[in-house]
Amino acid sequence: MERPVQPDLHLIAPKERRPRRSSAPYLLSSPALLWLLLLFVIPMFAMASLSLQEGTSLEGFRQTFRFANYTDAIAENGDFLLRSLRNGAIVTIAALLIAYPVAYWIAFYGGRFKSVFLFLLLLPFFISFVIRTVAWSFILSDDGIILGTLKSIGILPETYHVLGTTFAVIAGITYNLVPFTILPLYVSLEQIDHRLVEAAKDLYSSRRQAFLKVVLPLSMPGVFAAVLLTSIPAIGDYVNAAVLGNFAPGTAMIGNVIQTEFLRNRDYPEGAALAFVLMGVMVVGAVIYAKLLGTERITEG
Amino acid sequence: MSAVTTRPPDVRLPEAVARTPRKRWTRFILPTYVTAFILYLSFPIFIIILFSFNQTRGGFGTSPRVKTTWLGFTTEWYGRLFDLPDLTASLEHSLVVGVLSALAATALGTLLGLALARHRFRGRGSADFVIFLSISAPEIVLGAALASFFVALGVSRGFGTLFLSHTLFSIAFVTVTVRARASGLDRSLEAAAMDLGATPATAFLKVTLPLLAPGILAGFLLAFALSMDDFVISQFTQGPFQMFPTWVFGSTRVGIPPHVFAFATIIFVTGATLALMLALMSRRRG
Repeated sequence: MERPVQPDLHLIAPKERRPRRSSAPYLLSSPALLWLLLLFVIPMFAMASLSLQEGTSLEGFRQTFRFANYTDAIAENGDFLLRSLRNGAIVTIAALLIAYPVAYWIAFYGGRFKSVFLFLLLLPFFISFVIRTVAWSFILSDDGIILGTLKSIGILPETYHVLGTTFAVIAGITYNLVPFTILPLYVSLEQIDHRLVEAAKDLYSSRRQAFLKVVLPLSMPGVFAAVLLTSIPAIGDYVNAAVLGNFAPGTAMIGNVIQTEFLRNRDYPEGAALAFVLMGVMVVGAVIYAKLLGTERITEG
Repeated sequence: MSAVTTRPPDVRLPEAVARTPRKRWTRFILPTYVTAFILYLSFPIFIIILFSFNQTRGGFGTSPRVKTTWLGFTTEWYGRLFDLPDLTASLEHSLVVGVLSALAATALGTLLGLALARHRFRGRGSADFVIFLSISAPEIVLGAALASFFVALGVSRGFGTLFLSHTLFSIAFVTVTVRARASGLDRSLEAAAMDLGATPATAFLKVTLPLLAPGILAGFLLAFALSMDDFVISQFTQGPFQMFPTWVFGSTRVGIPPHVFAFATIIFVTGATLALMLALMSRRRG
């Protein structure tokens, strides 16, 4: 019944090895956290405060806690908000459909050349996305290499145009964001154990069944991340609507309105209120989406 | 083959058809699709490079604009790269803000990444959360918040506000990169150095820091690339101090000068070559 006496090991262990309660983590983290506090957290509060003010840029703004700024902003710009959400949804679905086979093939059949393919996917990032968008406006222009050629052959009527349409805007945003859709898909597909697919086939599943019942469910964390990484920037984009939509009626998005209010009209309260509405919609959407897809397993992935 | 996996030779598998290799032509669908996709992704790059060699026509005293149709080959724009003072200035601004903000973000982010990787401390959870938020916040909201902040303070926007803002959005990316590297390190290496008589400072400088270096370098390059490419935050925080992407955006209304495509081509070739060299070097090192 008698237990051997446990030696007090911590007394023997050298002093340095004991976990010290030191100030080191605070010294290490405080400069960056201070920067984030001053230029991220506080500006959010500054914007919240500005969104409730009244006045003009000439006479100055006063804090009146005018919550009607929000209802005004929504009433005046509801169309832009809905259009942005619709465009964002179309872009996200299109990007997923385009990206999934690419990510799947590189992850499963890329072999030794996986890193080469990834490098090729990242190639566009070496040119500013504004200039790439401008390049698309050249490609899609009325007399450009695609439409001009098709028109001269006579396939398309002379009046046919793509620039200035919602299609051009959606195609432009999809182009800009599809690499961000591929990467999370690739990461989750790459982690799938190929033996699971072989096991499915050993158990007489067809290729299609093996894909639908094994690969697709296992890649859902990647799909989840891809949807968030694609939809959030897609909804907030305003460069494509400006460069490829040419501000044609029915193409401007909520980002264009916020940008105009802030940088041209200097109606900061309305711009700030709209920015919060946009963020609120995104946060609510992301939370509902996470709840619908459900499990903690997915958010962990 | 072990006894367990050996099948009795006479038993025929049902649906043996399913195991036969795919029909010949369908094997090429996915590789062809991936090739087409990569061509689609790089198509604008081809166009930018091609049109940087395009002639322009006319223009009465105004600076030349790239035409959307092909007018003939010329290397003129590469010889006249620095003809447009505003464009050159915007590139200088982008480079200076890019380097300085990447340096600042690397210093701050490395320290924070180390703290998060190696220490448990009060506020660690909130630090994590703020980093997550700053990465996932939509750019336009972040830009609007920064603009609101500078307006509320009455600060005039320019180089200073750009530097502060670019450093801000880069910190989180450096932190995540360095943290990933630091948490993969074997801490017993540092302990071994101290067992061999190194002071904690020496152990850190001679052992930990060299091991962290690739992560820190990656963080710096990422921060620099993010800053150079940034458009939205710049537009909201620059005031009259134009950056390269915002200058190009502004000129889309009147037409893009061919110099822009020439610069973009040079930046692309330089960046892609450097990245390729870095990748090959890190592969050779193993």
